[in-house]
Amino acid sequence: MAERRRILFLLLGLAVLAALFMAWRLGAPYGYIIRIRGIRLGALIATGAAVGAATVLFQAVTRNRLLTPGIVGFDALFVFVQTGLVFALGATSVAGLPPMAKFLAEAAVMAAAATGLFGLLLRRGAEDLLRMVLTGVILGVFLRGLSGLAARMLEPSEYAVVQQASAASFGAVDPAQLAIAGIVLLPVLGIALRLAPALDAAALGRTGARAVGMDYDRLVLGTLLLVAALVAVSTALVGPVTFLGLIAASLAQAVLPAQRHAALIPAAALIGAAILVAGQFVFERVLGLQSTLAVIVEFVGGLLFLFLVLRRSRP
Amino acid sequence: MIELSDLIVERDHARILDRIDLRFGQGGLTAMIGPNGAGKSTLLHAMAGLLPLAAGRVTVEGLDMPNARPRERARVVALMTQTDRVTARLNVEDLVSFGRWTHHGGRPGPDDRAAVDEALELFDLGPLRDRLLDTLSGGQRQRAFVAMAHAQGTPWMLLDEPLAALDPRYVRDLMERLHAISRPGPGQRSVVVVMHDLATAARYADRIVALKDGRLVTAGPAQLRLTGALLSDLFDTPLAVETVAGRRLVVPA
Repeated sequence: MAERRRILFLLLGLAVLAALFMAWRLGAPYGYIIRIRGIRLGALIATGAAVGAATVLFQAVTRNRLLTPGIVGFDALFVFVQTGLVFALGATSVAGLPPMAKFLAEAAVMAAAATGLFGLLLRRGAEDLLRMVLTGVILGVFLRGLSGLAARMLEPSEYAVVQQASAASFGAVDPAQLAIAGIVLLPVLGIALRLAPALDAAALGRTGARAVGMDYDRLVLGTLLLVAALVAVSTALVGPVTFLGLIAASLAQAVLPAQRHAALIPAAALIGAAILVAGQFVFERVLGLQSTLAVIVEFVGGLLFLFLVLRRSRP
Repeated sequence: MIELSDLIVERDHARILDRIDLRFGQGGLTAMIGPNGAGKSTLLHAMAGLLPLAAGRVTVEGLDMPNARPRERARVVALMTQTDRVTARLNVEDLVSFGRWTHHGGRPGPDDRAAVDEALELFDLGPLRDRLLDTLSGGQRQRAFVAMAHAQGTPWMLLDEPLAALDPRYVRDLMERLHAISRPGPGQRSVVVVMHDLATAARYADRIVALKDGRLVTAGPAQLRLTGALLSDLFDTPLAVETVAGRRLVVPA
């Protein structure tokens, strides 16, 4: 099958990139460097995969190929949850929480808020792209504003904890966080693949899908929960990346012949991971630049977003 | 048998359907007619169990539609909606096989493939089965959606303006096929079609349901009920039904 071959090809590409990333100018002390690089590679792959898959899932239920969870404010929501936590409990008690419990609590709050907000939005105005995007953007600005306000009222030391969460950085990654990300990511991707045929049929829209006997509202709710979990994973690891998902999902669509989510989800996950690994490799190893990757990814993704918006002449 | 009793549907506090009492048995082709905004689409959606009711009951083949589980509901009634618009890159075969969802839940088996093939054949979509929907003409896409409703394999097929965007040849083509599948015999379907084309209604319908301002004006055999007086009243414009060479025609009076 052509689809399967293309996915295997993507997997192979990612493996080559990963090997390059690990082995390029490897020097002593080997064990230490391999460990550091391994953790970073893991974080890049987990983030890219989470963002790519989350975007495909989100686009399926919004029936819109321009949207990403980042554009409609999912990431801002996560930062807000983080800030709110530090604000309410204080930095020391937040830092003192067991990482797994903290992550799960954040993901749960995030999932509840996201399904509340976007579930409502989807129910009422999913057909209206403009309203979706505007509401999301305004919501994002609002949440960022609230986070900023809370941050101003924090102690400088507490603010440092928040700041780490609110800007994308592929540098230092906590191995414990990475382990949690892996534990969350795999089952979520598994469930997403099980939902793939339903996501295909979601193209019929709410009425059409209900007419053929789907429980559409439950599908949307479940998918939004998965998206929330995936965004929580990626944002916890490296911080918000708005447009990476758009690049990954658009490339996945370009690579695959038809729109079948059983192929789209893994393709977007692999492409998202490959973009980050390749980008980090080029910037950090070859060009010796630090912390530019997030900026470049956002720049290219933003351009792609504009291109897709402007090209869209037909509804 | 579709039974609607004292059906009331409201949207934003406005009454869209007002105390509809209607029952009709299986078989045949029913044309639902009435001016724009009469509530035809709403009535069709209510029959399919997809709308919350303010009051009243809807049962199809004994199934309480608004409260039935989605899967059961979709085994009794197939609905093709007017707003059927698909944004994804799908081919015709994928679309038609979505109609089998209630049977396969995403994993089609041999029965599902057979039903899809039959529907593709019946609506002349065989040569187009691998074509992406956005490369089809409006009329071809319309037929693909009708085929999807057929593939669902339900005793009832409710079609909301399937003739919109079709040229006269395809109108005739589609109506002939719908008429044929609604005749008695194996695989017979009961077909309810919302349409604006009164001449086509006069020609093919066994039964009419006429709505105006959310109220049922009349329902019954087309031969008896489809008269100049009814149509003139329904559309607030003088119309007459004339018989020319054995065909009933609707003309301005």
